Amino acid sequence: MNAEARPAVRLASSSVGALAAMKGVFARDMKVAFRQRQDLLNPLLFFIMVVTLFPLGVSPEVSFLSEAGAGILWVAALLSVLLSLDHLFRHDFDDGTLEQLVLQPQPLFLLILAKTVAHWMLTGLPLVVLTPVLGVMVHLDGNSIAILCLTLLIGTPVLSLIGAIGAALTLGLRSAGVLLSLLIIPLYIPVLIFGTGTVAAAAEGAPVGAYLALMGAFLMLALTLAPFAAAAALRISLSNG
Amino acid sequence: MWQIFHKLGSPKWFFGISTRFMPWLLVGGIMLLLAGAVWGLAFAPKDYLQGNSYRIIYIHVPAAFLAQSVYIMMASAAIVTLVWRMKLADVFVKAVAPVGLVLTFLALFTGAVWGKPTWGTWWIWDARLTSMLILLFLYGGVIALDRAINDEKSAARAVAVLVLVGVVNIPIIKYSVEWWNTLHQPATFKLTEKPSMPAEMWVPLLLSVLGLYLVFGWLACVRMQTEILSREQRTRWVKEFVMKGRV
Repeated sequence: MNAEARPAVRLASSSVGALAAMKGVFARDMKVAFRQRQDLLNPLLFFIMVVTLFPLGVSPEVSFLSEAGAGILWVAALLSVLLSLDHLFRHDFDDGTLEQLVLQPQPLFLLILAKTVAHWMLTGLPLVVLTPVLGVMVHLDGNSIAILCLTLLIGTPVLSLIGAIGAALTLGLRSAGVLLSLLIIPLYIPVLIFGTGTVAAAAEGAPVGAYLALMGAFLMLALTLAPFAAAAALRISLSNG
Repeated sequence: MWQIFHKLGSPKWFFGISTRFMPWLLVGGIMLLLAGAVWGLAFAPKDYLQGNSYRIIYIHVPAAFLAQSVYIMMASAAIVTLVWRMKLADVFVKAVAPVGLVLTFLALFTGAVWGKPTWGTWWIWDARLTSMLILLFLYGGVIALDRAINDEKSAARAVAVLVLVGVVNIPIIKYSVEWWNTLHQPATFKLTEKPSMPAEMWVPLLLSVLGLYLVFGWLACVRMQTEILSREQRTRWVKEFVMKGRV
């Protein structure tokens, strides 16, 4: 990987405010990602392929697909976020950018939050955009698709935030990918339950406000706590070698 | 108070003191477990609905009870590791995580054995079963992370972060799993509530729970001592201990 593709982080002065630093990290991550577009496409292709496996492997019946569709899409989205998490810190760790980030005078958890937001915009958000198409392919009705998109919109940031903790903990380890999944999947279960539960409730015609509010609560909790845990984990991983 | 706290940080001190009270833990634990088991299996009255098959609770309930509280103990030790960097705390976490895993597995296994005659199936996706299964995954993750990191200190601190993240999530997981289950199907099966049990049934149960706690304490001490010996193998007191057989 050539150095030009990965610009350095330039915020070393403590006169740069925390917000400006976050903006800098965010902008850099976006720039780096768009210089390696294939990496952006991979999780999306994976998402589509996993969804394709279900009609092939279980049943192409409309009745089965329309009932299980929301769950299939949620599980596929969860897996493809999981797959993309390895990229969150890996390249920055390999070329030393991460150490520079840790040394910045600005609070590390804010910088990690900026990185996680960038990660979500590059993986979670495209998944949400792709969902209506796949929703039609698994025979979900319009209302269900709309609710499903809404739950993914609230839920995928939670996946990215919790995933950041796991990615930070497994940084630089052998077989980090499998280990990351082992650590993180149990923590994803509540989001999955409420994500698919909301769509099921909507399909039965029940009001979904309360479910969405609970998912919003998950998001707030993850937004406030996960960056701290990820920052602590990152410091430990960097002191490791 | 603080003196004890500082002493607790010394592996050598712990090694000495634990050697002294470990026999009591083991003897007391085994006696309580035996009393609970004999009373529970042979003398406690039959359940009017389930017959004799309910008697597995004298293993099942203590295991399930301890499986959950071991995780809470690990979380408390994890806080100590991260805040005070106390060596013994991370020795504890490392030593008891596999014990917790085995206890969780035991709870699930005995539950399945009980479920077969009572519910007619080995496994149902009941809220309680599912959250125990997830607890098993959490223990597995802790052990896997610990094994994956070579450096002892980083491993201890990384595991501490993971255990704390897990303990924040346990109530969330528990409630969402309960919610999920009630959404899809009403709770068809429920364990009989404890207060409705006559004393001849719950007293032996209490004895076995206490007994298992003591045995767990003994097991934790043994595993911690082994871990301490391997970590401190270069110090003089360990060499002396190996030569003379006492601290």
